[in-house]
Amino acid sequence: MSPLPSSAEVDDRRAELLARLHDELGEAVEGTHELAGKDLWVRVRTDAWREAAEVAEGRLGMTYFCYLAGLDWMPSPFGKGEDDPTQPPPERSTEIVQGYAGGSTRFQVLARVHDVQRMVGLTLKTDVPDDTMAVPSWVPVYAGANWHEREAWEMFGISFVGHPDLRNLYLPTDFEGHPLRKDFPLLARIVKPWPGIVDVEPMPADLDGEGGDE
Amino acid sequence: MSVIDRRELSALAARAADARVNVELETEGMTLNIGPQHPATHGTLRIIVRLDGEQVVWAEPVCGYMHRGYEKLVEVRSYPQVNTLINRIDWLGSFANEVPFILACEQLMEIEAPPRAQYIRTILFELSRISNVSLGLGDAALQLGAQTAAFYAFRDREYVLNLVEAATGGRFHPNFDRIGGLKDDLPKGWIDETKVAMRKVRDYCDEIETLVFGNEIFEARTRGIGVIPREVALQYGLSGANLRGSGVDWDLRRDQKLPMAWDKCDWKVWTHPDGDSFSRLWVRLKETYEATLIVDQLCESLPSGPVMAKVPRIIKVPEGEAWISTENPLGEMGYYVVSKGDTGPFRVKIRSASFNNISVVPWVLRGVYVPDVITILASLYFILGDIDR
Repeated sequence: MSPLPSSAEVDDRRAELLARLHDELGEAVEGTHELAGKDLWVRVRTDAWREAAEVAEGRLGMTYFCYLAGLDWMPSPFGKGEDDPTQPPPERSTEIVQGYAGGSTRFQVLARVHDVQRMVGLTLKTDVPDDTMAVPSWVPVYAGANWHEREAWEMFGISFVGHPDLRNLYLPTDFEGHPLRKDFPLLARIVKPWPGIVDVEPMPADLDGEGGDE
Repeated sequence: MSVIDRRELSALAARAADARVNVELETEGMTLNIGPQHPATHGTLRIIVRLDGEQVVWAEPVCGYMHRGYEKLVEVRSYPQVNTLINRIDWLGSFANEVPFILACEQLMEIEAPPRAQYIRTILFELSRISNVSLGLGDAALQLGAQTAAFYAFRDREYVLNLVEAATGGRFHPNFDRIGGLKDDLPKGWIDETKVAMRKVRDYCDEIETLVFGNEIFEARTRGIGVIPREVALQYGLSGANLRGSGVDWDLRRDQKLPMAWDKCDWKVWTHPDGDSFSRLWVRLKETYEATLIVDQLCESLPSGPVMAKVPRIIKVPEGEAWISTENPLGEMGYYVVSKGDTGPFRVKIRSASFNNISVVPWVLRGVYVPDVITILASLYFILGDIDR
């Protein structure tokens, strides 16, 4: 067993990984984000998503498949579901701001792969085109991506081209909508107002008009 | 004749007998439902298997009977409230669920818990490992018809649960971890109690080793059954004892730098090269034993000081993304936390261990016999809440 590498060593390994990804994928690497001592994010072009997995698995030794998930960058139109139902809904920002490694679409797919020998991991991201909502599937490369892609499909409506059996994993087959999308309302918070707002009684000090927070 | 020869011979004989029966009777395929309420499923996992005679030709787990939508629910909650929810993912080792999430938030806020809190976190983490894995071992023996081991497991797990209750106030769902440290310090006399309990757990491990692992029936039912090779295990993202049972020497407690106390003590990561049901269970047993050693050493060297760092009263996590995973009782559990600088997370992806561990079931069950389905599931060891989240 090799001893635990120091943070600087792991950072060097990440830099090396990044350089090799640039070599192998060329211009398909669209954005990167590196946090020293923490993690590395790489965003690849949608059509190179499968190729990125092949490079990571075959040539970079990232044989351990950790997870794959969807991301919806639109701010929720319902906020935290704590609106006062008697008031008109407040104005909310609808600006879509992507996170680390940038992007240009509302939905993204992210996945994490890991090298168990060199103890270094990598988070890969790709944009999901708004019109087709489809990205290449990872199942031919990492068999474990099967269930993760089925989950992303039912929860976000992202379809994976080349997946052998893309159907719902958790939800009933006739379920309508994609629950983890931000514009899918959390009904429990809509039909009954969140008690945190409604139940607050004024403190005696507030009634007396002596101070209080607001 | 060596054990292996004998096993190979008996397997050959069984296959020959099957072939004969199949030709004579022309057995048709049969579909069998295992679960959702089968005792071997630790909850409500349903597995549909299609059989040819006694052999499984196709298997498919049906998840979702316990899906609670945590990834949606956390989006309308504040960070301290999320802690309460994620306690319920793996309900046998609840405290271990909280740690990676809290660590991810701390990484984003760029604070670190004081050393004493890190030590106590590690101790409670390992206690939850013992309470989880020891029950898993007893349960695996129960699936094979050995009831005694299950009673031993429940008896000795009680000591650990009492400790967790004494320290946190909750037996199953401690909700004890806070961003920046812990809710409270340990009660008086807890360390001595813990040492006594750890001795009892070590005795339990020895008992199980002689009672179950040395048993001929147990060996016959688990050796060479449900073999998962190293490459397949990695591809499917198996983790924890399932991965180490396939010969991969990888443990997140040792192989990454975290503000926890595992590097402050001396312990060993066990692996087994075979990749069968036996090796997975054996690694679990060794892991439980090592966990007691970790707890003992950390209790000895527990530093003094506060258990809470300075954090604002209303917690707002700065904008950013963080991924932290730890070696939980069931395997690698991690949280991908996306924050927009609000009081609650923007999105949390929960990577739970059992989800990946069970996704290999269609692969590993192909071609095995029906009674082996139960032992393989017991050796993969999953918690339903950890699959469905």
